[in-house]
Amino acid sequence: MSQFRLSAEPFGGETLRSLLADASCGGFVSFEGWVRDHNEGQRVRGLEYEAFAPLALREGERILTEACERFGVRRAVCVHRVGALQLGDLAVYVAVSAAHRDEAFRACRYIIDEVKHRLPIWKKEHYENGDSGWVNCERCAAIQDHQDPAVVPATAAHTHRHEK
Amino acid sequence: MSAPLQGLVLAGGHSRRMARDKAALEYAGRSQLERAMALLAPLVSKSYVSVRSDQLADPSRAAYACIVDLQPDLGPISGIHAALHAAPDCAWLVLACDLPFLDSATLQQLIAERAPQKMATAFLSDFDGKPEPVCAIYEPSARGAVDAWIASGQRCPRALLAQSDVKLLQARAGGTLANINTSEEYLQARAQLAPARATAAARGVRVQYFAILREQAGRAEEALETSAQTALELYQELRARHGLKLAPEQLRVAINEEFGEWTQPIHGGDTIVFLPPVAGG
Repeated sequence: MSQFRLSAEPFGGETLRSLLADASCGGFVSFEGWVRDHNEGQRVRGLEYEAFAPLALREGERILTEACERFGVRRAVCVHRVGALQLGDLAVYVAVSAAHRDEAFRACRYIIDEVKHRLPIWKKEHYENGDSGWVNCERCAAIQDHQDPAVVPATAAHTHRHEK
Repeated sequence: MSAPLQGLVLAGGHSRRMARDKAALEYAGRSQLERAMALLAPLVSKSYVSVRSDQLADPSRAAYACIVDLQPDLGPISGIHAALHAAPDCAWLVLACDLPFLDSATLQQLIAERAPQKMATAFLSDFDGKPEPVCAIYEPSARGAVDAWIASGQRCPRALLAQSDVKLLQARAGGTLANINTSEEYLQARAQLAPARATAAARGVRVQYFAILREQAGRAEEALETSAQTALELYQELRARHGLKLAPEQLRVAINEEFGEWTQPIHGGDTIVFLPPVAGG
């Protein structure tokens, strides 16, 4: 059983915990990603997430299925926020339950890592100085504006993975 | 294991016989440089334009990643030399910027028949039966030979390939490696290439924009008619129209709500989304 969702509303991880209950499971691991007040030297005052929902849902479900198959966990859940978030808000929740702790830890780690790299979800940070920027994108655009004359880091400069 | 393959379009020449920039010559509405880069992009890990340092400010070249000649004004070998030094562990698929009839099938054959243990893989020219140096793959081992060739005062890459350990492929039929040097040849080539494009029916597609691309395009979606045949061609068309700043190699494409390939044909009624670098979690 697996379940991936996008939520436009704030939610709490504790309300999702019961989805993981399973008599065959002796281990439960969850991860919560929160909005923090700084990133790459800038003071952050809030952010927004934007998703290409149909593909994000499909890819999210694929990640959960992979985690279950690869690590043998029984249940896996992930909910990702979209819309405007404030400091401290829950941005992403991942939880898995499994017979034993080892596969639960590894599957949870796998899911959050893949979610960050594969889902068509974008994050715009708003900074205390009034600036804002799309994370992982602004630098790419700047490089395209000012090509480095020597050897050109156009693709090397950012290394987000697309492949599995 | 063979070295990773990168692409290089030679656009650092002076186009003296043409008396205008060959890279900027247009066929069916696209410059030769754009056409060559679009052919390479799906076949290599990264592609670059070979330029002289005084061409870096040229916007048509600066739209791509560039490699600057280290030993300028030696002709095509300047660009080959600079690329082999810029990434010594990579092999390079080198293309001239004056091959308007070049097609993907020719490049795919070159790659399929590549011999990494040789210094290079090249077609024999159907013009003079000699190796064609500017639609060829140079392996990392070519670096020393090119260095020595230049040091000995030689220039001609064709002569270098002719006397080196190179895998040679029979010339392809159809004249896909014919090059153009004069205005007359250009006009003939343009006339030959135009009708093929004109018959390509325009098709109606829907494009959605997200995040930084939505802001740059100034819209979340649009419906449009395009004669672009692939997602890559469509992106290049829209990139020019809306001033989108991200290069295709920084994006992925989704067609009809599923991840797609840049080279995938697009059809009327398709919904296409260009995906900027993601940042979930």
